[in-house]
Amino acid sequence: MSAVLQSLVNQPYKHGFVTEIESDIAPRGLNEDIIRLISTKKNEPEWLLAFRLKAYKKWLTMTAPKWQNVHFPQIDFQDISYYSAPKPKKKLASMDEVDPELLRTFEKLGVPMHERAALAGVAVDVIFDSVSVATTYKQKLAEVGIIFCSISEAVHNHPELVQQYLGTVVPVGDNYFAALNSAVFTDGSFCFIPKGVKCPMDLSTYFRINTEGSGQFERTLIIAEEGASVSYLEGCTAPRFDTNQLHAAVVELIALDNADIKYSTVQNWYAGDEKGVGGIFNFVTKRGLAKGVNSRISWTQVETGSAITWKYPSCILRGDNSVGEFYSVAVTNNYQQADTGTKMIHLGKNTRSTIVSKGISAGHSNSSYRGLVRVAPTAENARNYSQCDSMLIGDQCGAHTFPYIQVQNSSATVEHEASTSKIGEDQLFYFSQRGIDAEEAVSMIINGFCKDVFQQLPMEFAVEATKLLSFKLEGSVG
Amino acid sequence: MIKKDSSNILTIQGLHASINGTEILKGIDLTVRSGEIHAIMGLNGSGKSTLAKVLAGHSAYEVTQGSVLFDGSDLLALPAEERARAGLFLAFQYPIEIPGVANTQFLRLAYNTVQTRRGKEELDPLEFDDFVREKMKMLDMKPDFLNRSVNEGFSGGEKKRNEVLQMALLEPKLSILDETDSGLDIDALKIVAQGVNQIANQNNAMIVVTHYQRLLDYIVPDYVHIMQSGRIVMTGGKELALELETHGYDWISANKQSLAGVSA
Repeated sequence: MSAVLQSLVNQPYKHGFVTEIESDIAPRGLNEDIIRLISTKKNEPEWLLAFRLKAYKKWLTMTAPKWQNVHFPQIDFQDISYYSAPKPKKKLASMDEVDPELLRTFEKLGVPMHERAALAGVAVDVIFDSVSVATTYKQKLAEVGIIFCSISEAVHNHPELVQQYLGTVVPVGDNYFAALNSAVFTDGSFCFIPKGVKCPMDLSTYFRINTEGSGQFERTLIIAEEGASVSYLEGCTAPRFDTNQLHAAVVELIALDNADIKYSTVQNWYAGDEKGVGGIFNFVTKRGLAKGVNSRISWTQVETGSAITWKYPSCILRGDNSVGEFYSVAVTNNYQQADTGTKMIHLGKNTRSTIVSKGISAGHSNSSYRGLVRVAPTAENARNYSQCDSMLIGDQCGAHTFPYIQVQNSSATVEHEASTSKIGEDQLFYFSQRGIDAEEAVSMIINGFCKDVFQQLPMEFAVEATKLLSFKLEGSVG
Repeated sequence: MIKKDSSNILTIQGLHASINGTEILKGIDLTVRSGEIHAIMGLNGSGKSTLAKVLAGHSAYEVTQGSVLFDGSDLLALPAEERARAGLFLAFQYPIEIPGVANTQFLRLAYNTVQTRRGKEELDPLEFDDFVREKMKMLDMKPDFLNRSVNEGFSGGEKKRNEVLQMALLEPKLSILDETDSGLDIDALKIVAQGVNQIANQNNAMIVVTHYQRLLDYIVPDYVHIMQSGRIVMTGGKELALELETHGYDWISANKQSLAGVSA
């Protein structure tokens, strides 16, 4: 690998800074008392505390998964603080009242949210650490009956909805990290699109981890009733720290008859430095239930950050004719490790799923695609198409593909294609011989490689993602 | 043969270059003036493609001795992309495939980069589309070519035509054609040669690297240089290529002593 590549990949993390806001932090450690403290702090109803405690008891009986192709030191769950909230000085009535320090943070990230919201027509539910501090556009959405708020608010204002759906797609004991999340989640987003309503704008949330050493356990629940549709955007970035931060989110999507949920993510958490020190451990459980007939769940993700990514946004295709999609770009550099993919569980008749996964590895990083396509005996005429492409930059990185295919119905059609390519010196020489410098060349090659995924993203997100990728790989080629 | 008003575009003196410690070029001297077409012939491994890559600035090669002046300035001091912007063009023997990148996008970026360097206006996508389609006619290329990925799934002939199209777009001062004839059938060869001849004028120059005389029937050189073991061992007019065709490369080895010193 030439020096140009090296220098491109090794730029310091742009979003690495800590915002100084006083935090209300729980003592480190996890036990029933801490869970009761979280529940009390959040003034939760009894059923939710019961939910948390049930999850905690499950978690105690479980062990961290070992099958993934990532390596990390054992996590000391007693050394993590499970609750941290910016100290509210008073109730916020408008954006003007939001802590200017916080607003500046968003400025630094290039997300002037008020402007962005107004200009782009995006409602931004801002999460700072674990507690929502500002929600915009809520009223406009409320006019058409859409509920878009923090999950804490939803627990208080729409308890029947939360209670009906929470934990129905990802049960409390689903896996180690989901159980942990169910026990200690502090906040996240809630979105409810009632029958027949097409959400008039993309719903967007910016997550941000602050406070050193605090775990981040978001919980997101999105429900689209019969004939409803919504496009949800999640964008993330985190400040720079040397100690690893654990992140274990759970996202549940439920689509009823003829409903359509599109969930897009751009993830750019701190990935550790060029020697592999620090960075976020990202263990996420995302799952959508295509419950009704003709329903559709579509995941699009651009994963560029985190020291470790363990994430498999999945679709359970229960309704007849339901559709599941997974479009993914995962970029790893330096010593990052990613084990990501999807599960497509075909239960209903004529269910269809599409998987397009693009992995890009640079530096000493390792990227794995792991995907399960399961066709149950009930899934007559199920169809799946999977395409997994890997691109290597340099000769110190690795790319791996682990497809699992289980077909129990003979009428099913399952296709899997895979490829591996490499950005080489000759490719770059071709560009430079046409006057195009290495940085632009890499950006063009990568964007060409990821085109099938990027075109699934909403416009402004696609632009952001394109820039982010070029930025992430700066210095990796040359 | 030598045009009186012509100026030197390229002056190579005592050029030595190696790859991974193995010396490939062992002292090349060559002068190319504007309006000239030079053919470089030789067997595989004689160093002709290496010379092309070294001039274009491929990072795998190390220049160990010698100097190259291009349009009056030190070529070897420039990185590859600067050489390209300064007007040095290499038509590749094996053009690279770039999946997912539309030809039109690639061509426009290359074109605008060079235009900017020359202090000229960039073209927007619509203007560029008109411009490139005009050039494509010259090479008998189908319009759908613009939307296909760069060189991906192209036949050998299509790839070479794409190279010549880029040459036509970028209007280089010096074009080096590295075995542009390889992999072409006779019809494609004629079209490509026609394109090259339309680009050649009194203000630019060409170096045509080839194995065979065949291409030189269509692109007629002012000089023919024969390379052997990293050196130019013989130089003559276009008839030298015919001699070579008749007698074979062994004839060179036998006669190079007597012919040495004829170089231009």
